[in-house]
Amino acid sequence: MSDVNARISDLVTSNDVVLFMKGTPLFPQCGFSSRAIAILDHCGVAYESVDVLQDMEIRQGIKTFSDWPTIPQLYVKGEFVGGSDIMMEMFEAGELQAMLNESGVKTA
Amino acid sequence: MPMTAREITEAITAALPGAVVELRDLAGDDDHWAATVTAPQFAGLSRVAQHKLIYNALGGRMGGVLHALQVTTVVPK
Repeated sequence: MSDVNARISDLVTSNDVVLFMKGTPLFPQCGFSSRAIAILDHCGVAYESVDVLQDMEIRQGIKTFSDWPTIPQLYVKGEFVGGSDIMMEMFEAGELQAMLNESGVKTA
Repeated sequence: MPMTAREITEAITAALPGAVVELRDLAGDDDHWAATVTAPQFAGLSRVAQHKLIYNALGGRMGGVLHALQVTTVVPK
């Protein structure tokens, strides 16, 4: 396993909810990342965010790690959930809230 | 060069025969798209797997020349 894979693996296993995004929750740098943050805030869960714009290695590495071409990317309990479109579909269907509840993640 | 609506639609229907692609131009600039794709190939797949079929159809352009494509997947009834 390469160093970047080990770093990503550590991030997604040591935090219940991790969002890889462009920018920060206060200052998202892309509409898709902004939408992902809004959804997580609505769900009221505590999450860790990783700004890929500050880390080129993770910006490229996460795409390979997840086999997913775009940012943002959501991980819950070490599992890749999807990007912002999937988050929105799941949120609107109530599935995201249910999944977060069932996996027992901390609330914000 | 951004991808045109026709290129996006053709790439998806070539990879997923029988798929119906509806594109909306979100910003009126031919560069920010929302696609709703209805395809029999999605049946029984997770959302992640459904979206990956579309990304694969776009052949690596997603996240590159095609930055802004919102994707909604639908399994035909």
